[in-house]
Amino acid sequence: MFTLFINGIRRKVDVSPDTPLLWVIRDHIGLTGTKYSCGIAVCGACTVLIDGKAERSCQTFIKDIKGKKITTIEGIPESHSVKKAWIIEDVPQCGYCQSGQILQAISFLNEKPNPSDRDIDEFMSGCICRCGTYQRIRSAIHLASKLTAQGRKK
Amino acid sequence: MSKIFNISRREFLKTGAIISGGLILGFSLPLSAESLAKKSAKIFAPNAFIRVGTDNIITIIVNKSEMGQGVYTSLPMLIAEELECDISKVKIQSAPVDPAYNHTEWGHVQGTGGSSSVRSTWVQFRKAGASARMMLIAAAANIWKVDPSECSAEKGFVIHNKTKKRRSFGSLAEKASHLKPPKDVSLKSPENFKIIGKPTKHLDAKEKVNGTAIFGIDVKVPGMLTTLIARPPVFGAKVKGFSDEKTLQVKGVTNVVQIPSGIAVVAKDFWSAYKGIEALDIKWDEGNNAGLSTDAMRSHYSSLAKTPGVVARKEGEAKQEFMKAAKQITAEYEVPYLAHAPMETLNCLVDLKDNRCDIWTGTQLQTIDRNSAAAILGLKQENVHLHTTFLGGGFGRRANPHSDFVSEAVHIAKALKKPVKVIWTREDDIKGGYYRPMWYDRISAGIDDKGTLTAWMHTIVGQSVIEGTPFEQAEKKNGVDETSVEGANDIPYNIPNILVDLHSPKVGVPVLWWRSVGHSHTAFVVESFIDEIAHAANKDPYEFRRMLLKNHPRHKAVLELAAEKAGWDKPVEKGKGRGISVHKSFGSFIAQAAEVSVEKSGEVRVHKVICSIDCGRVVNPSTVAAQMESGIVFGLSAALFGSITLKNGRVEQSNFHDYPMLSMKNMPKVEVHIVKSEATPEGVGEPGVPPIAPAVCNAIFALTGKRIRRLPIDKNELKRI
Ligand code: FES
Ligand code: FES
Repeated sequence: MFTLFINGIRRKVDVSPDTPLLWVIRDHIGLTGTKYSCGIAVCGACTVLIDGKAERSCQTFIKDIKGKKITTIEGIPESHSVKKAWIIEDVPQCGYCQSGQILQAISFLNEKPNPSDRDIDEFMSGCICRCGTYQRIRSAIHLASKLTAQGRKK
Repeated sequence: MSKIFNISRREFLKTGAIISGGLILGFSLPLSAESLAKKSAKIFAPNAFIRVGTDNIITIIVNKSEMGQGVYTSLPMLIAEELECDISKVKIQSAPVDPAYNHTEWGHVQGTGGSSSVRSTWVQFRKAGASARMMLIAAAANIWKVDPSECSAEKGFVIHNKTKKRRSFGSLAEKASHLKPPKDVSLKSPENFKIIGKPTKHLDAKEKVNGTAIFGIDVKVPGMLTTLIARPPVFGAKVKGFSDEKTLQVKGVTNVVQIPSGIAVVAKDFWSAYKGIEALDIKWDEGNNAGLSTDAMRSHYSSLAKTPGVVARKEGEAKQEFMKAAKQITAEYEVPYLAHAPMETLNCLVDLKDNRCDIWTGTQLQTIDRNSAAAILGLKQENVHLHTTFLGGGFGRRANPHSDFVSEAVHIAKALKKPVKVIWTREDDIKGGYYRPMWYDRISAGIDDKGTLTAWMHTIVGQSVIEGTPFEQAEKKNGVDETSVEGANDIPYNIPNILVDLHSPKVGVPVLWWRSVGHSHTAFVVESFIDEIAHAANKDPYEFRRMLLKNHPRHKAVLELAAEKAGWDKPVEKGKGRGISVHKSFGSFIAQAAEVSVEKSGEVRVHKVICSIDCGRVVNPSTVAAQMESGIVFGLSAALFGSITLKNGRVEQSNFHDYPMLSMKNMPKVEVHIVKSEATPEGVGEPGVPPIAPAVCNAIFALTGKRIRRLPIDKNELKRI
C-alpha cells in the first residue's frame, strides 16, 4: 500500500513499488489527463508536477514519491493563466501532448516568470508535439507570463 | 462548448429521445433518399447531422475523425452558416457507423483522409444546415400563420421580419420534426457568409486544455482488462512455441492468449501486462523476412531505377531529346521508411457481449474496421458498434485498410469473452510496420544551349501502399499506383518531353499512407531537381520556376507570393541561405521559402519558413494556418531526423530517442499567407508537408553549394572542420 497526495486529495493504492506514477495515476487513481507516449522520459506527455516541479511520471516510481504533492492537469484550475493563454492562442491540435506541455510551462513559468525565447527553447524542448503546435505554445507562454504579471498588479 | 461525446446509433436514438423530450430533427439529403425510407425513419432520418433539442441545445454529428486537423470545428461551421446558429454553443458528437455517414467520394466507406473532409462535405453539410433552417422557419410560419418568406433565422431564433416576433429553435423543434424536409434547398451566396471564412477558435480546445478530452486510450468500461502484445521481431514471423509460466506468476496478469499478431498478455492494468510481456519466453519462426536489410534493398532499388518501369506519364520523346540535349543532368534521390508515430500510441477497446460488440478506438476508417471486427466475430455488421474517440494524431496510421489494431483486439476479446483494451507501446509503434515506403528515384533532364529545359525523365522505385487493399482498384491506373507517382506525373512545369515511370517492388515490410502519401517523396525529388537544373542553366531558381509555370497561374501566384514575402529580391542575411519550392497536392497549391544556416558540426538550423497557400475558398483561416505550421513541423522532422532502417529483418529504431521528432528548439518561425480564392475548398491537412524538405535543401545548396539528395539530411556531409 502506498499513500499519495494528488490534486489535494489523499489516496491509497495497492501496487508494486516499481510501478511508474503514470500508471498509478491512469489505472489506479483513474485520472486520464496524464498521457502515455514513450514511457522512457523522452517525450513529456506524462508530465505532472511533483512538489510544484515538472517531472516525467513514466519514469517516477511510486516508491520514490512518499510524502510529495502531485498535481496533474485536472488539478490546475481553469482560471490559471497558462490554461487561459492556451485557449486564447488556440494551441491544441490533436491535444494529446497538451497536458504535458501545460504542466511543463507552469513549472517553467514559476521558475522564470518572464522568459525569453531562448529560455522557452531550453525548458520546453523535452515536450514533443507531433502535431507541431510549438509556435503557438511559444506565444501562449509569453501571454501567460503577461497575464500572471497583470494579475499580480491588480 | 460542452463535452464532445460519442454514442452508438441505438443509444443515439435513445438518448436523443430522453434529452430532448422526444425531438430529433432528421434530414434527408438528396443523396440518400432510399436509405432514409429503409432505416428507422420513425424517429429520425439518416444523414442526420443535426439535432435540435427542445432545450435549445444544438448538436452537430460529425462523420469525420478529429485528429488535430480541426474537423470538429470546420465542419460544424458549414452547418452553422446555413442553420443560422451560434457556432460557439453547438455540441459535437462523433457519428456512429452508418451508410448515412459514408464519405461522399469513397463509395461505401466512412472515413477520414486524403485531406478531403471540407471538400467532400462542403455542399452536403451546408445543405443539411439549410434544410434544417427551412424546416424551423416553416414551423414558425405555421404557428404565426404567415408565409415562410416573411421570416428569417438568426443566432438560433426564427424571426418574423415585419413584427419582429421571435421563437427559439428549441421551441420549434417539435413542430419542425413533423414537417417534410424541403425538396429544393438553396445555399447562401458567399458574400453573405457570416461564419465561413472567419477565423474561428477550435471548439474542442477547452477539453484538450483541461485534460478531459477522451482519446481511445482513455476509455474505460466496467471489468475491462488491459492487454499488451508481444509482437514478432521480424515482419511475418510466426510463433513456434512459447512459455507463459513466469508471465502467469506476475501479479495482476490474468491471461495469456495467442493471436495472429503475437502473444497477448492480459492483465488488470498496464504495468502488470508490461511486466508479463517481459517475463514471456517465445520461440519464433522468423520466416522469409529474417534477412531483410534496408542497405541491401537500397542497392536493389538503385539498380532497378536504371531500368524502365511501368509508364505513368509520357509526352513527346523524352529519351531522344535527352540524348540530343546540349547539357544533360542526372541525379539519384532517396528517402527512407518512416513511421507515423502519432503521440497517442495505437489502442483499441473491445467489449464483446452475446450478440453485440462495442468498440472504442480512434480510427480514420470506421466502416472497414467495423466490418473486419464483424467478420472475425461472425456477427452481423449492424451488431458491431464502433465509437470514434478523439485521435491523438492520425497521419494515416489510423487509416489501415488491413484493420491491424482493431482486428487483434477483437481476436483477444473473442478468446476471452471479456472487455479488453489493447495498448501499443511506443516500441510496438516504431517497430510495428505500416511505414511510409522507402523510395529511390533516378531523374534526368536535358537543357538546350539557351538554357531551356527540353526533356525530363523520372523513374520511381518503391512499394505500393494500396496493393491488396480495397482502394487498389480506384487508385491503380494501367498498372500504376497513382499514390506512388502523385506529384511526379503531374509536374506543372512546361517541358515538351516528359517520361515518368514506376517500379513497385514487393518487399515484406508493411507500408501505408503517411501524411501526404506519394507527395512526401515526389515533391522532394522534383523540387530539388528543378533547383539543380536552374543552377546548371545559370538561372535564379525562383525565376526559372516562374518562367516554366506560365500555364499554371495558381502555382505561379503562390510562388510569387512566397518569394515576395520572403524578400527574394533582397540578399539574405550573411551566414544564411534561402531556398524555395512550390507544390500542389490534395487540390491545394503551396509555396514555401526557407531560411537556413549550417553549424560547423553540420547541423542544419531552419530559422524561418514563409508559406503561401491557395486552398480555394477558406472555411477556417485559423485551421489553415495551424495545418501549415503542423505540416511544416511534420516535414521537418522527416527531413532532419526521420529514418527507419532494417538489419537482419529487424527494425533498428524503437522510440523517440532514436526516431527523433522536431522539438521547440528547432522550431522555425513560420509565417502563413493565404491567397484569397473563390474556387472550391481543397485540402489543408497534408499539403503543408511536401514542400518543406526541398525548400530547406535548396536553401542549404544556396548557402553551401552542397546538394542534398538523400533524407534525412546527413550532418556529416555538411560538416566543416
Ligand atoms: S511518456 Fe513519459 S516522457 Fe514520454
Ligand atoms: S497537439 Fe497533437 S501531439 Fe501536440
